[in-house]
Amino acid sequence: MTATPAEVPAGAEPAAKQPSGPAPRWSSALHRMTEANVAITTLLAVVVGLVFGAILIIVTSSNTLHAWGNIGSNPGHAFGASLTTVGHAYGDLFTGSIFSPSSLRHAISTGHGWTTLFTPISETLVSATPLMLAGMGVALGFSTGVFNIGGQGQLIAGALAATYVGFGVHLPLPLHVPLVILAGAAGGAVAGFIPGFLKARTGAHEVIVTIMLNYIFLDLLNYLLTTKPLQQPGQSNSISQTIPSSATLPHLFGSGLRVNAGLIVALVVAAGASWFMRRSTLGFTFRVIGSNPTAGRTAGMDAKRATILVLTISGALVGLAGMSTLAGTDFFLSSGYGGGTGFNAITVALLGRNKPIGVVLGSLLFASLVTGGRYMQAATGIPIDLTTVIQAVIVFCVATPALIREIFRLREAGTGKILLFTKGWAG
Amino acid sequence: MRLELEGITKRFGSLVANDGVDLTVEPGEIHCLLGENGAGKSTLMNVLFGMLRADSGDIKVDGKVVDFADPGDAIAQGIGMVHQHFMLVPVFSVAENVVLGFEPTKAFGFLDRQAARADIRRLSSEFGLEVDPDAIVEELPVGLQQRVEILKALLRDVSLLILDEPTAVLTPQEIEGLFTIMRSLAASGRSILFITHKLKEVLAVADQITVMRQGRVVGTTTPAESDEEALATMMVGRNVDLVVHKTPAKPGAGVLELEGLTLADERGLTTVDHVDLTVRAGEVVALAGVQGNGQNELAEALLGLRTIRAGAIRLGGHDITGDTPRQALRAGIAYIPEDRQLEGLVLSLSIADNLVLDMHNIEPYARHGARNLTVVRESGETKLHEFDIRATSVEVPVGTLSGGNQQKVVVARELSRPVKLLVAAQPTRGLDVGSIEYVHRRIVEERDRGVAVLLVSSELDEILALADQVAVMFRGRIVGVVPPSVGREQIGLMMAGADRSGGGGQEPAAATGTESR
Repeated sequence: MTATPAEVPAGAEPAAKQPSGPAPRWSSALHRMTEANVAITTLLAVVVGLVFGAILIIVTSSNTLHAWGNIGSNPGHAFGASLTTVGHAYGDLFTGSIFSPSSLRHAISTGHGWTTLFTPISETLVSATPLMLAGMGVALGFSTGVFNIGGQGQLIAGALAATYVGFGVHLPLPLHVPLVILAGAAGGAVAGFIPGFLKARTGAHEVIVTIMLNYIFLDLLNYLLTTKPLQQPGQSNSISQTIPSSATLPHLFGSGLRVNAGLIVALVVAAGASWFMRRSTLGFTFRVIGSNPTAGRTAGMDAKRATILVLTISGALVGLAGMSTLAGTDFFLSSGYGGGTGFNAITVALLGRNKPIGVVLGSLLFASLVTGGRYMQAATGIPIDLTTVIQAVIVFCVATPALIREIFRLREAGTGKILLFTKGWAG
Repeated sequence: MRLELEGITKRFGSLVANDGVDLTVEPGEIHCLLGENGAGKSTLMNVLFGMLRADSGDIKVDGKVVDFADPGDAIAQGIGMVHQHFMLVPVFSVAENVVLGFEPTKAFGFLDRQAARADIRRLSSEFGLEVDPDAIVEELPVGLQQRVEILKALLRDVSLLILDEPTAVLTPQEIEGLFTIMRSLAASGRSILFITHKLKEVLAVADQITVMRQGRVVGTTTPAESDEEALATMMVGRNVDLVVHKTPAKPGAGVLELEGLTLADERGLTTVDHVDLTVRAGEVVALAGVQGNGQNELAEALLGLRTIRAGAIRLGGHDITGDTPRQALRAGIAYIPEDRQLEGLVLSLSIADNLVLDMHNIEPYARHGARNLTVVRESGETKLHEFDIRATSVEVPVGTLSGGNQQKVVVARELSRPVKLLVAAQPTRGLDVGSIEYVHRRIVEERDRGVAVLLVSSELDEILALADQVAVMFRGRIVGVVPPSVGREQIGLMMAGADRSGGGGQEPAAATGTESR
């Protein structure tokens, strides 16, 4: 059933002319439509997430529940109260993550308070930075068919290396900061190289190895935090020495806003990753090995080398994420450093469909849900966990595009099949 | 059984796989359904066997309309099917396999093996299907495993037996044996629906021939009224040239020399056993053999895809034993793999990218680690014309092309390097007649240009058409190297393990039937 309608049995005339003119343009238009379809599916996933969140808000708020209890006597009130509550909550999400209209009015009328106005967006960018870097690393692995679940460990390794170089080396800022950045990448690279090497040499599955390495690095950090020279002198708590200001990522818009050069690093990495995957020979090898390793080998590619390299590079990017929080906002390490960033990076990579631009947008969305959620919790009392649920629903929908198509009756685009993320688990 | 299919239509999305297909099989008739891959034969059979539902049309058994919701309904109506890939339990005996599903039992549910054996013996002698009921299935040659499948169907009282491409895995002698069985089944009043794309077999065995193309029945005929040319023309829709035109080979110096090459698979079993073979410049040496006798392993080893246990591979006098695939490719081997979708192409990538899969990182396609996409695209467009690849643009994913065009992409890529040796493994498998013509012509052109060609094929017709020398493999060894002029009979005997003298060697399994190995 494979014969395409346009297919004509090959004639004996090798000089048969190609259809010229509009045909190639038509196909590239089709390609763009497919891409658009992917974007629309993701967008609709966000819509589903927000709708689901709205329903949760309605059924958990005593105000709206009471109104719904009286739906017989005052049906308009039930809907009105629901709309108001959801509107407030989502309004707070926006205010807390992007900007507040009242601060804008205040700043314009008085000429002051610009810092207050930009604080929410700055905070969003600050939380997005490590997600972008780690998400890019995970996405790079995914598109090569390698499942790097070791984000947490690589992040800690990167932050550890950056900390040692931060307090252990004394240099002026223009030299010290680049060195700290490099150290972060190198630390993550080492942590990524280990599972890559083991997979290539012994066939050990990277999912198992990276998960186990998470524990190793977590406990290594805990151990080092209680011993010299990492532990802060005169402290019994498990916290590290603070890095000097010469080793910290400079603020971009003055000391009042925490957004720092880590964001620049992340955006440069995103641009670099985009170029790397589309234009570099190594990126091409990664893509081939990711979609069909057998064909890659038959064409002379070294799949083992690619596995080691991709996990090393992936680890380096996740290491940069650890460096960015250490040298950008925290300045010292504590037990359990990094929190869930290593795992959130996986969701961000899924959300961004392993594309650099997708990862950047996905990180911004996730970060705004977090910063907005904090504000919402403070302002309306709706727990921040709501945003976690919204995130989960979005990722759920993105991972099951068939569901979204079913909900919104979308037609499946011919070649726009979403990459199956389970591919490679068997390997 | 008199089976009538009336106006069967089956759509998959916008693709019409079967378009108003009419087909009548009379009782006791061997009815051949002929068509290229993708003509809709398998869809039709899946509809008939209850695995798919037709969008419209009727199935009538002896004049009554029937409705098959699943294969169970079809079996209940007396329809049996022998699939291309056998559905047998390898570690069970023949008798156990045959009765699987409705085992005869004694009191308290114990298996009645004696009854099972007796049933098999009765059916075996009735139809000339000799097979030892106590043999373990995995130890039987493929031809006998197929008999077990047929026995399974017979025991379920089939009155219509569907055979889906049954000859692909058989030696010529086994094919003859199968035809004898088919004739005796037909003589007993059973109908046979024989699906194939091989013209010779159709003419040899059919009572009635139905030809399908692009989902439609394009004609019915009989062997008496038709010949190969006419059938091919019906099947393809235009005149085709079945003969490969080539002049006698003018072989030069040895290009590929194998010396005692021995390979083992992952489990340590020997797959290729002390093979000595020389392929000279300007000649086509074909590795003939029933599938799974080491031919494909040998081909893969040349490219460095298999671990070599012993022996040496020399290419143009240089030792390339143990080279990586990249080294082997750069040394001058062109490789058309057996499975183009698995080994040859990355279906999600564009045609242009697939055309440079092997050379993506060298000039002019890349410099200093950066790809030059303009050059890649332009060279892709040139090759699109040069190799007559039918596609709207070089930017479309290669997976959207038809099988023939996909193979042309592989051929185009492999012949774009400086080539000393062309290794072509099953280069026309699953292709339409037009593409087969094209690939054959290309192989002969390369030969005439002085390239040494090693052809691995399980299609004897292809080997006889292309080869200048035929090396026959059996269980990892080369049983002999003969010119194709010795004929298909002799080569067929060698494929079954007989040595080159023909009479003295091991007798082919198909001829004796009960032999277990």
